[in-house]
Amino acid sequence: MKFRTLLAAASVAALGVAAQAEGVKVGMITTLSGGGAGLGIDVRDGFLLAVKQSGRDDIEVVVEDDQRKPEIAVQLADKLIQSEKVDVMTGIIWSNLAMAVVPAATAQGKFYLSPNAGPSALAGRGCHENYFNVSWQNDAFNEAAGAWTSENGIGKVFLMAPNYPAGKDMIAGFKRFFKGEVTEEVYTKLGQQDYAAEIAQMRASDADLVYYFLPGGMGISFMKQYAGSGADKAVMGPAFSFDQGILGAIGEAALGVKNTAHWSKDLDVPGNAEFVASFQAEYGRLPSLYAAQGFDTGLLVASAASKADVGDADAFRAALKEADFQSVRGAFKFGANNHPIQNIYMREVVKEGDIVTNRVIGTAATDHTDAYVGDCKM
Amino acid sequence: MSILLLIEQVLNGLQFGLMLFLMAAGLTLIFGVMGIINLAHGSLYMVGAFAAAGVAGATGSFALGLVAALAAAAMAGAIVEITVIRRLYTRDHLDQVLATFALILIFSEGTRWLFGSFPLFLDVPAALSGAVTLPGGIEYPLYRLAIIVIGLAVAAGLFWLIARTRIGIRIRAGESDREMIAALGVDISRLYTLVFALGAALAGFSGALVGAIQSVQVGMGEPVLILAFVVIVIGGIGSIRGAFVGAILVGLTDTLGRFLLPVLFGFVMDPSAATSVGSALASMLIYILMAAVLLFRPTGLYGRA
Amino acid sequence: MIRERYLNLAIMLALLAVPLWAWVSDEPFTITLATRVAILALAGVGLNLALGLGGLVSLGHAAFFGLGGYAMGILAHHAQTYTPLMESPFLIEGTKSMPVIWLVAVLVSALAAFAIGLLSLRTTGVYFIMITLAFGQMFYYFTISWPAYGGEDGLSIYVRNGFPGLNTLDPIQFFGLVYGVLALVLVFSATLARSRFGLALAAARQNEERVRTVGLDAFRLRLMAFTISGAITGLAGALMADLNRFVSPTMFSWHMSGEFIVFIILGGVGRLFGPVVGAGLFIILEHILGGLSEFWMIYLGALLLAVVLFARGGLIGAFSGPEVGHD
Repeated sequence: MKFRTLLAAASVAALGVAAQAEGVKVGMITTLSGGGAGLGIDVRDGFLLAVKQSGRDDIEVVVEDDQRKPEIAVQLADKLIQSEKVDVMTGIIWSNLAMAVVPAATAQGKFYLSPNAGPSALAGRGCHENYFNVSWQNDAFNEAAGAWTSENGIGKVFLMAPNYPAGKDMIAGFKRFFKGEVTEEVYTKLGQQDYAAEIAQMRASDADLVYYFLPGGMGISFMKQYAGSGADKAVMGPAFSFDQGILGAIGEAALGVKNTAHWSKDLDVPGNAEFVASFQAEYGRLPSLYAAQGFDTGLLVASAASKADVGDADAFRAALKEADFQSVRGAFKFGANNHPIQNIYMREVVKEGDIVTNRVIGTAATDHTDAYVGDCKM
Repeated sequence: MSILLLIEQVLNGLQFGLMLFLMAAGLTLIFGVMGIINLAHGSLYMVGAFAAAGVAGATGSFALGLVAALAAAAMAGAIVEITVIRRLYTRDHLDQVLATFALILIFSEGTRWLFGSFPLFLDVPAALSGAVTLPGGIEYPLYRLAIIVIGLAVAAGLFWLIARTRIGIRIRAGESDREMIAALGVDISRLYTLVFALGAALAGFSGALVGAIQSVQVGMGEPVLILAFVVIVIGGIGSIRGAFVGAILVGLTDTLGRFLLPVLFGFVMDPSAATSVGSALASMLIYILMAAVLLFRPTGLYGRA
Repeated sequence: MIRERYLNLAIMLALLAVPLWAWVSDEPFTITLATRVAILALAGVGLNLALGLGGLVSLGHAAFFGLGGYAMGILAHHAQTYTPLMESPFLIEGTKSMPVIWLVAVLVSALAAFAIGLLSLRTTGVYFIMITLAFGQMFYYFTISWPAYGGEDGLSIYVRNGFPGLNTLDPIQFFGLVYGVLALVLVFSATLARSRFGLALAAARQNEERVRTVGLDAFRLRLMAFTISGAITGLAGALMADLNRFVSPTMFSWHMSGEFIVFIILGGVGRLFGPVVGAGLFIILEHILGGLSEFWMIYLGALLLAVVLFARGGLIGAFSGPEVGHD
């Protein structure tokens, strides 16, 4: 008998706790160690800045380091769900880690907000009502670049990406809106650091433009080598290879390169200048694209928390879907598959004083949506 | 595909090979003399690149950066030898693998702690930037030509050091008979510290040189480490000549494989499949080469049984 | 000093007690961690047969771990998408049944280990370490660039595979299953070490000449050991895939092979329970240190270094004294 009363007392206590808890517990799994740590640190810092500025003390954030290993990410997701009992998850940088974690998390009733990476599988047939992408679908920047290239009368293009799914997605995205001729399509080894052989092919090619996707260190190596090779073809790519954290390492070799993104630090929309200034004041460095995405994700959580109790999943989901926050990229809303509808801009690498950075030179795609929304049955 | 392009790719392969030789020379030297498998060799390479980037960034001089790279890597090497490696000479390879694996973790995260998580800037010096036109009309980056020259010079210097100098004699004596050299009154532990520091300096030097045209970031040493091991295993561990031949072989195989395999597969299948299959096979090619060499010569091309 | 046998019993009981305690106090994540320890320990026990008993330092066991994982991933993927694996010359369907998957994982990785062993065992010492590493890297790059099963993205399996009579979705039941497999393999491993085959293998490690003079072929002994070792690690791979409900090429990475070696050395080379202790300690460290600092791997590195330099014989050696000779 005693055992039963104890149990009853325990469940009453548990109910009491649940009734009081109106705050949102956020579990963030991101890359904080090893070579890709810069991206995760930016997302985390942007997110925490937004939460701090919201003035809400009922948003608790638990941060974990996935070491860029999918197995570790899966394990941390189990920990956050089973042990920390978080309501919302976010933070993952890489598509392959997202594919490992997101389906399981949403299936267990958690909300997942992607601050980076949007694999096509999660935008189309694998979409889920609890999965919100606050960054971009993987193809988006490339589709906009393909459209821009055709509109500006460039006919022949040399394409290059690492030989892995994200690389192939990016190339497919570019070709979807590009109407000219692809002269060569080259897939390099993931993690490759020397591009002499590919650059020789580029010089020998009769393409007018080299379009490439090489994230992280691969892009730094390629751009430095390309600039010193005497090749004179124009170069373009999605913003990942020309972002603030990377431009510092490439230096002037990147000047004049065009790249597509949904955000830039000089983008003239309400709130952006304040974000850039406050990020710089808080962390002593310029914000990157990833910081901006982290910041927007933080704003989204805060906006939803002020509209609905996270305990009421339907209400909270509806609040998220409204996206009622002032994004630092300007107009932002979610499409039917919970992926962004937003402008994609063309940026150019320029020098401001001593700092190599980006400047917006035009809009590559207006209210861009992804190609997979039709496959999403939600 | 023109003949000219093919010749340029062969040149690229040789250049890549010499770059690999710079990385592998120190590794094979250390193994040859002391019998140590040093997984942390890639970390010393990273130390060199970061020191060069730090000093070149502060002073604006690439030459000073190179000096800093040599000094920092040699110093890191000497410290590692005195505190850790010295205790491992009598242990089996297993303990050496684990201890130097632990050193990788310490070096990588320590560098990140000191320099932050973002890649650093290191550019080629102005005097070596741009491209020159070679006979036949190939435009080739001046800096890569410089790497070819430096790689050959380092190879010549090492051969000279081993074959002609007092230190070289001691090193060779130490390789063949450790007790003997101690009996002859040579301070073996000082010799070992010196050799380890020399190997580390070579790693740091190549890190700084290569860092100018690649990304200077935490973890940059690991892919290089694996490549360097492939090189010295093909050549025969401990042999400088083997490392040289192995490096050229790997450089040519990798570069030409990347370039030719998609073309070759293009004759038998449609272009997109050919690119895909060709690139996949190209990424495995050097490991296939290494396995093949070991099948026919279990101790590498120039290794001693 | 404690007798190693009692120590082993205590280790096995501790590995059982922790998840049971977690089950009672409703801490499902601790059960998941314990399951992880048991699976990694199993992989280590597999490698220990080659490394500890046979003296074969393989830096490529991630190849078998990954093959086991992909055996599970591919079979379950076909089952969950209702597409046959192969239609001609005869029909092969995917499956969600663990016993079938385990069988396939063991067979595939044994076959691969036999082939790799046949080629690699011609070399010795550092060359052996490096050639096994090369084979591991081949698998790694192949799976990254091979598009059919997700490439670098890997494969997600949405529901854990089934085992007759058990609800594998329940963490404690899945742990029980893994624990059972680990216990069986440990018994098998101990029996093998004491068998004629095991004694001959250990003798070949210490003195190859002596084995040859009694008419045994060291190469065959080692090939056999390497094959069994690969098969056990492959089985662990299939279980790990089921724990994560996910497989990816990182299962093939050389870091994975390195970690298996770390488990063995942490626990004690050639000790039957070495990998169990090593894997447990490694996961606990990762769990505790990971929460302390962004730069936690520095501490991990320093700890590993300390074990190599000062605690020879690993933890089991530190508690139970030097290994008792077999001969």
